[in-house]
Amino acid sequence: MSAKANILAKLKKSLEGTTPIVDDYDVSLVTQPWSYAPEQRIARLRQLMEAVHTEIHLTTDAGWPTLLEQLLHDRQLPSLLIAPTTPYGQRFTAHCAGREGLPTLKAYDRPVEDWKDELFNDTPASLTGTLGAIASTGSLIMWPTREEPRLMSLVPPVHFAILKASEIHDNFYEIQQKFQWAAGMPTNALLVSGPSKTADIEQVLAYGAHGPKDLILLILEDA
Amino acid sequence: MNAEQRIPAIQIENAGDPDFRARARKSLKDDQLRRNFRTAMDSLMTKRAVAFSDADERERLREMGNRIRARALSKLPELLERLETNLTRNGVKVHWAETVEEANNIVLEIARAHEAKQVIKGKSMVSEEMEMNHFLEGHGIECLESDMGEYIVQLDHEKPSHIIMPAIHKNAGQVASLFHEKLGVEYTKDVDQLIQIGRRTLRQKFFEADIGVSGVNFAVAETGTLLLVENEGNGRMSTGVPPVHIAVTGIEKVVENLRDVVPLLSLLTRSALGQPITTYVNMISSPRKADELDGPQEVHLILLDNGRSQAFADSELRQTLNCIRCGACMNHCPVYTRVGGHTYGEVYPGPIGKIITPHMVGLDKVPDHPSASSLCGACGEVCPVKIPIPSILRRLREENVKAPDDPQKVMRGQGSKYSRKERLMWAGWRLLNTSPTLYRVFGFFATRLRGLTPSNIGPWTQNHSAPKPAARSLHELAREHLEGKR
Repeated sequence: MSAKANILAKLKKSLEGTTPIVDDYDVSLVTQPWSYAPEQRIARLRQLMEAVHTEIHLTTDAGWPTLLEQLLHDRQLPSLLIAPTTPYGQRFTAHCAGREGLPTLKAYDRPVEDWKDELFNDTPASLTGTLGAIASTGSLIMWPTREEPRLMSLVPPVHFAILKASEIHDNFYEIQQKFQWAAGMPTNALLVSGPSKTADIEQVLAYGAHGPKDLILLILEDA
Repeated sequence: MNAEQRIPAIQIENAGDPDFRARARKSLKDDQLRRNFRTAMDSLMTKRAVAFSDADERERLREMGNRIRARALSKLPELLERLETNLTRNGVKVHWAETVEEANNIVLEIARAHEAKQVIKGKSMVSEEMEMNHFLEGHGIECLESDMGEYIVQLDHEKPSHIIMPAIHKNAGQVASLFHEKLGVEYTKDVDQLIQIGRRTLRQKFFEADIGVSGVNFAVAETGTLLLVENEGNGRMSTGVPPVHIAVTGIEKVVENLRDVVPLLSLLTRSALGQPITTYVNMISSPRKADELDGPQEVHLILLDNGRSQAFADSELRQTLNCIRCGACMNHCPVYTRVGGHTYGEVYPGPIGKIITPHMVGLDKVPDHPSASSLCGACGEVCPVKIPIPSILRRLREENVKAPDDPQKVMRGQGSKYSRKERLMWAGWRLLNTSPTLYRVFGFFATRLRGLTPSNIGPWTQNHSAPKPAARSLHELAREHLEGKR
């Protein structure tokens, strides 16, 4: 018999004569303590994400490209990785078009194998959107796509993310239900709650373990 | 010598101590080890308490966590098949292994098919069960840990001493000396700098690796999703950068529905580290799709039994498999805090280690595990999925002394502490206490011959005075008292 058949046979034998436990999932317990008035959501998200060293800027749909330009300049970042076909990628490309002295825009437009070395060794920052956020835990939701691949939010040391204030939700349960996650999960879905960190040495918290050292979140208050 | 420069705490491989007791004696004398653990455990306990500041919410959530895990186990075979069906539909290849040997061979086969030379590993306790690093190295394949703590212990040829904080037995000075010695970098005790050294070294390895290996925190049957939590990003690196990803997990890690992970995730991160959530929650449902630009081309899941089906067979011991590997039981254990993780000599230390390890290696291999506990109950009180660890420990003590001819075979290596002499003594004790005549005769002689009781009875009299029966038994005194009244 195969390993699978053996394992399943043993498990089934052990359950003989028993009935499965009923699903008595308590929705209120995972929603009620984690519900917020709309005007509290930004504050809650901010409090939790800043507590783990996320840099947060409140801006507007019209104002973010100028703010991003300023932040890139302040950090003296020579280049920025963008997703060239996403609205944010296109907006920032248009914002930079024809102007001198701005960081080089790199497009993630080919398989990683074709430029892995450059991604790892010469890509200091990236810009991605988000699918929304979760106020209760202070988390950004990301579903990487063909247009905005998953390594964009992981490999570059500085990650800029854009979040629409209207897309901050209360809790993880609400997100799963509202957007029917169970009906179809993407290749990779992520909750990101800050820059990468570790406390593996003497429990001393250190940022920039393996992922981004800095997570900079631009919240579009009017979007 | 400066205490901070002293590196090895305990090295399992060459410690040469045959059993738990010998290792415990050694650890108890290691002041630095005890300080490192005490400090860390105190801090972890405080963080958990703060994260669960509402006791009512905490207790209701623990109850819910218990119900979700119990429900998953109550239909485990069905859920495993559903998980396989959904993962297969998503393009993930599912493998089954009864033993660690089988699991290792599956990994090796995949590695050979890809002519892999380098494997990078995210944190996975199941791969520790398999001793995968050692196995692959034996076949000429480098297998490197990428979790900072795991990397540190691997560099020092040690094993993890805690399931969440593998290098918790070391302090920054010890890590500094280790990096200086093994990596040739300048000695620094600055934790930020030490982490940056680890980051630089391992980035190159993520870049080069042919295969990434990870564990799984929850496998969701409903959607065919592997959920991993982590703070460092090494899990995302291991599962997202190399062309092949192999996830290894125990057969008990499956949950029925995606929504089930909501309370479990909250229980896990708050119990483990006092965090509302980890930096990354990574949900993987398929390999790279045809038009996607990154991610592994192949994703494999290995479902490992390794003794779990034995625990599953007994409805009391089955609760052991509720475990979501948060480590809270060890953080709160007075024994673990004093002897440290290495004393247990096996992959899983602390209270959960004491109840899961006997199923994996046989009770006769770890005969002291069930009794290395004061039964104070702290582990059961903090367990986020309400595993009754103290009562399971008592149950394992019973299994440990079962007679060889006992027809009930519950677990491998049962009865390893069975002693005919002890059985006989207990039988005599029972007889004495159930026969009034015998009891009175015994009482008479025990009081009259009290002068003959020994004044030195081993370890007891090292710190206590020797027990001496009273001149008259309570029965006798009571009888006299009542007769005097008449």
